[in-house]
Amino acid sequence: MTGPLVEIRKVSHSFGSHKALDDVSLNVESGSYTVLLGPSGSGKTTLLSIIGGFVHPSEGGVVIRGNDFTRMPPARRPTATVFQDYALFPHLSVGNNVGFGLRMRGAPRAKRIGRARDILAMVGLADAFGKMPHQLSGGQRQRVALARALVVEPAVLLLDEPLGALDLKLRRQMQDELKALQKRVGTAFIHVTHDQEEAMALADHCVVMNNGRIEDQGPPERVYSRPASRFSATFMGESTLLSGKVLDLGMDEIRIDTQVGPVSVQAAGEPGFDVSLAIRPEHITLAPQAGSISLGEAKVVDVVFQGSFKRVSAVSIKSPDVSFIAKVRSNQPVAVGDTVELHAVPGDMIILSR
Amino acid sequence: MRVLAKLLVSAYALAVYGFIFLPVIVLVLFSLQATSFPIPPFTGPSLRWYEAVLADQRLTSALINSVLVALLSSLAAVTLGFLAAWGFARYHLPRSGLLRGLITLPLTVSYLIIGMGLLILFNWAGVPKSLIAAGIGHVVINLPLCFAIIYSQMGDHQVNIERAARDLGAPEWKVLFLVSVPVMWPAIFAAFFLSMTFSWDEFVIAFLLTRFDTTLPVEIWNMLRSGLNPRTNAVGSMVFAVSIVLALLLELAFLRRRRQ
Amino acid sequence: MPWALVTPALLWTLVFFVLPFIAMVVLSLLEHDGGAATLANYRQFFGNPSYWRALVNSLEVTLTVTVISVLLAYPFAWILAEVVPLRLQRLALVLAVLPFWTSYVVRSYSWLLVLSENGVVNRALTGSGLLSEPMQLANTRAATVIGFVHFFVMLLTLTIFANLKQLSPSYRRAAADLGAGPVRTFLHVILPLTLPGIVVGAFLTFVLAIGDYITPQILGGNNELLMPQLIMMQIGRRGDFPLASALAIVLMAVVTLAYLFCARWLKIERA
Repeated sequence: MTGPLVEIRKVSHSFGSHKALDDVSLNVESGSYTVLLGPSGSGKTTLLSIIGGFVHPSEGGVVIRGNDFTRMPPARRPTATVFQDYALFPHLSVGNNVGFGLRMRGAPRAKRIGRARDILAMVGLADAFGKMPHQLSGGQRQRVALARALVVEPAVLLLDEPLGALDLKLRRQMQDELKALQKRVGTAFIHVTHDQEEAMALADHCVVMNNGRIEDQGPPERVYSRPASRFSATFMGESTLLSGKVLDLGMDEIRIDTQVGPVSVQAAGEPGFDVSLAIRPEHITLAPQAGSISLGEAKVVDVVFQGSFKRVSAVSIKSPDVSFIAKVRSNQPVAVGDTVELHAVPGDMIILSR
Repeated sequence: MRVLAKLLVSAYALAVYGFIFLPVIVLVLFSLQATSFPIPPFTGPSLRWYEAVLADQRLTSALINSVLVALLSSLAAVTLGFLAAWGFARYHLPRSGLLRGLITLPLTVSYLIIGMGLLILFNWAGVPKSLIAAGIGHVVINLPLCFAIIYSQMGDHQVNIERAARDLGAPEWKVLFLVSVPVMWPAIFAAFFLSMTFSWDEFVIAFLLTRFDTTLPVEIWNMLRSGLNPRTNAVGSMVFAVSIVLALLLELAFLRRRRQ
Repeated sequence: MPWALVTPALLWTLVFFVLPFIAMVVLSLLEHDGGAATLANYRQFFGNPSYWRALVNSLEVTLTVTVISVLLAYPFAWILAEVVPLRLQRLALVLAVLPFWTSYVVRSYSWLLVLSENGVVNRALTGSGLLSEPMQLANTRAATVIGFVHFFVMLLTLTIFANLKQLSPSYRRAAADLGAGPVRTFLHVILPLTLPGIVVGAFLTFVLAIGDYITPQILGGNNELLMPQLIMMQIGRRGDFPLASALAIVLMAVVTLAYLFCARWLKIERA
């Protein structure tokens, strides 16, 4: 088959005067795990609802396997949704919940039961067949919701913050299971979350959304190490942001005048252009290292102990509107009120043009 | 001080309980009166008035009429109310607020006026007085109630459950019968039961809209013309007993459901 | 599809509720024998003190009933919700509203048994020597009020109890934490928070009581008439539907005024 599995073509959507999605285009490949990441109100859930058919977009189209599904009701789409609150039918047993989709397709009872048992075994709930939803724990309900959606063999499985209601430990555990399950069934998953750790752990393709637009998309490693915008640099992990102007060009290198002094980085650019530099916390150190430059002195305003490291916030003395965030080893002696000199390697800095 | 406050509180509670139960106790006690007047001194116990009631054809047929009218009118009210609640909760209809207000409007109007309006309408249209006319009146008073109860229970959670069903391929009528109705069952049942009680107990509409075949409250009303009478006590006590048994069954059913 | 769901209920309400109401309005503007359009029915009501009196009686009785019922029910509901141990509360509440299940007509009749000349109360009073002659209790306004209060104390206890139980216990803890004693906690926190619920209950009491025919007819008798009795008299004995319609519309206007009076609180409750 040629072309992507799902194509979102220039979709815009408004709720009244509020523009929830603004000219969004996105391709989803077969067998991939796509994560839509963004804060609440970024439009990620609206986009998922548009793919699932629960919302019809004001403009643009949804194409799945080359066919236009923009105005099709959910039942006629090759998609299935796992709802945030699971939406298990409270009056049906787990087995009947899972078998519901097959029942609607007129599958005979024996086949329904067999398939439901198989899928339940796959999500690790083989013995829950006869139980009622309210007898299950949160994590178990989550799995039933997954099984119920997977049983109809959708081309795309849509997951709306599926782990949002679980506690942290269970969430991390379910992440691993989700990923393994997706690899096993080979169905494309589109997963909405506001948790960037979840996004990094699960995604083959990570889509960062803000204010109804896609800010950045790509493999999570790339989105983390080379974010495309100020927003994704701060939302996908923390960053220290420096703003500046391009001074002059060298051999595949530009010199930027930042708030803390000039910095040379390998990049292309034009003199006079406004740019931002983002530095990840783990790339800022308290001592110079090979190839590093000084970021000037800063006053430590906060130190948070986080187990294997300390998160240090400091304000530049030269330019008090710059606040640094650094991760340093736990045994490093640093306290609030200290004045420290900060260092970073230019190669670790990320240039953002917007 | 503490002891005094406790004493006052207990005395007050007992006094109110006493006030609430006084007429019921008097009613039941003197239904067991052996002589013909339900006033002190108590001459019983005797079951002769209960026997008299059970032998009374008019009362037993009024009882059956009452059950029928209550059952059928409640069924109609809960069906209409559920469908309307479903429609208003799931779809954005123009002037939804106004129309919902219209459906609940009869709640604020006295039964007497509703009954009288229907009497005028039926007179004008040439519809004779009958149990069916009374049943129509009972649907008018119970439909808003059913609608309000069921509408208030249709939350966002149910919206997602119905979406899930549609997503899995269920056509609308299957969503309705396999998902919405079963999920809303407690509210539907509560609305139906409340309608039953209201219809069962309703007097003035039935009084205005029925003639020969009539309901139990109207028949009891007719008995009042003979003044204080232990037969009336016996009928009243029996109606009370039946209601209590029903209420207890309902309570037990809901209690067991909650324990699950 | 959506209209198919809501139309049956709307149609039913239009045909069997709105249409009769319109018929009543039209009829109230016609002469007794169905002749020309006239305001005579309204003029007859407002011009004749004996008709007038029924409305005043109705308002007096209903307001008395509403006030007494709230004053009796609030402390009672409070005791049930706060003083009675938790595991007994359900039982206490079920007991408190048990007589609700007697039929409405039978309940009024039962009070007649209690209040009649040879009834339990008079026997107890004369038997103990407090009275030498039995008192006239039945067929008085007091009897009507007692019968109504009996019903509405139960209703209000239910609604106020539910209201009190809905309050988060943290309010009380917060008030106590900030140094309020039990009395001030009640006056400044509990009472204001339950006030909207009380207004709703009081409005319900007012609406149900002012339109009720059974209680005043059985317990109050015909010594003084209330509005519903006057209306029934026009329908039953005199067959004067135009006048009865005019009276019904006056009664509905009074209820609407009461609603507008309470609307502020009723809206709060809905939000």
